[in-house]
Amino acid sequence: MTYKLQLLDVNKSFGSLEGCKGISFNVAKGELVCLIGSSGSGKSTLLRCINLLEEVDAGQILLDGEDITDPDLDPLPIRRRIGIVFQSFNLFPHMNAMENVMLAPRRVYKTPRAQLLTTTTALFERFGLADRMKNYPDQLSGGQQQRVAIIRALAMKPEIMLFDEVTSALDPELVGEVLDVLLQLKNEGMTLVLATHEMGFARKAADNICFLDQGVIVESGPPEQIFDNPEQSRTREFLSRVM
Amino acid sequence: MSVDTKKISPATSETVAGYSKQARQLREAKMRKRSTLIATFSTIAVFLAIYFLVPLAPGWEKVKQSFFNWEIFQKTFPTLLNAFLWDIAIFAWSAPIIAVWGLIIALARDARSPALFPLRLFGTIYNDIFRGVPVILAIYLIGFGVPGLGLPRPWNSPYIWGTVALVLTYSAYVSEIYRSGIESIHESQRAAAKSLGLNHWDVMRFVILPQALRRVVPANMNMLIALQKDVALLSFIGPVELLRQAGVFKSLFANFTPYLGASVIFLAVPIPATRLADAMMARQDKQRR
Ligand SMILES: Nc1ncnc2c1ncn2[C@@H]1O[C@H](COP(=O)(O)OP(=O)(O)O)[C@@H](O)[C@H]1O
Ligand SMILES: [Mg+2]
Repeated sequence: MTYKLQLLDVNKSFGSLEGCKGISFNVAKGELVCLIGSSGSGKSTLLRCINLLEEVDAGQILLDGEDITDPDLDPLPIRRRIGIVFQSFNLFPHMNAMENVMLAPRRVYKTPRAQLLTTTTALFERFGLADRMKNYPDQLSGGQQQRVAIIRALAMKPEIMLFDEVTSALDPELVGEVLDVLLQLKNEGMTLVLATHEMGFARKAADNICFLDQGVIVESGPPEQIFDNPEQSRTREFLSRVM
Repeated sequence: MSVDTKKISPATSETVAGYSKQARQLREAKMRKRSTLIATFSTIAVFLAIYFLVPLAPGWEKVKQSFFNWEIFQKTFPTLLNAFLWDIAIFAWSAPIIAVWGLIIALARDARSPALFPLRLFGTIYNDIFRGVPVILAIYLIGFGVPGLGLPRPWNSPYIWGTVALVLTYSAYVSEIYRSGIESIHESQRAAAKSLGLNHWDVMRFVILPQALRRVVPANMNMLIALQKDVALLSFIGPVELLRQAGVFKSLFANFTPYLGASVIFLAVPIPATRLADAMMARQDKQRR
């Protein structure tokens, strides 16, 4: 079978500092994969490589079996197929929520304005933010901002979504509303890759877990294996620290 | 006993809160009044000192004659005002060109792809040259040099080439201001925009520049004020604008008062301009909230 996303021996270093070393894993269509590991273990670097925000040094990243790290490919159409949401939301502060969402489809897909308004409004309704469309980012709570960021990525109709610690900057009582959105996406059949510190969520929702340490995947497998019967001592050590 | 305290305590706390708020407001008003009073008195004292002490200087009578001659002031001021129209005109058409050309240089310097390296190099060299050469030298070189090529009218006009010199110089400074604004926008904004599939130019145009330009409004306002004064430098190569007209009057009457008149006129522009810019920024801020 071909996977939706396949990483083969991906390496990325920053000067002498190695961000990822020989990372390989597969994500089937509709699966949710969680990357866990302490801060600095290479989760963000990996996600940025998949989105082509970083150029890999070696290895392959296959999207539907096609190597997207090929330097001859135009990165723009590939990025559109892969949505990413960041820890710090990164909404555009000079645009209201609706404009944040509509900018890219308008410029990239040249969607007519009337149609764009309809689809955007539908997205905001779907994620319970219909009354917030006209608000600027600094008028929204962290959870609302993060949901707008998710809507903004979804508006490009990506085939796969990457989430980089999207709840880490949120007050604890706002984490739930964003995790609910992730579940909603999974239930709708979206393929998701998450870097996360929400172990409870990872255990409940993930199909597969990859535990990273110092740029390498130490152990990977279904949540029951990683959380209940970790084989590696480093995994056990990490889990005992965070749980 | 317990009933009593229950009754009393909420009432007291309310009174205290109400009282302290009122008292604070009163005290603040009083303080404000007092500081205004102090400021007024000290200002008056300083002016009185100047008014009484300066005339005691040995050369005062002469200075008064040659700098504060009311009769000459009255006679020359209307013509000076008229000459100032030239400054305004030169300013009015160079400012927008500087704004655009400066932006183009800034964008050239921001070009990231290796294929555009020549653009980048051009921007860097351009800025090094035009920020290194004194404005007056650029005006002399371009304002006299280019018309010296024997171009047909009106292309031999020092008005045009003097202004070109101003534009080229000021664009270098303004482009650096733009660039500092562009660089002040956090990399994560660029990443977010890129991740949506926007191309380099769209990222710049819709995400980076709108934020960057806003941030550099105050710095550019300063450049505008400086430009408004530096227009007077063109007097050295010919255009009979305010400063040159004042110079003509100075020779004519053998008196410096026209320069004082010119100063008054120059001063009349930046002060309201700065207030206007402040007001514009404040209104923009309020609209967003
Ligand atoms: N742009 C960069 N330049 C230099 N080093 C980087 C850069 N991005 C990440 N790193 C380094 O790569 C390693 C992995 O970082 P990161 O992927 O952010 O980890 P995580 O997301 O798991 O916390 C860290 O040691 C980090 O300092
Ligand atoms: Mg990270």
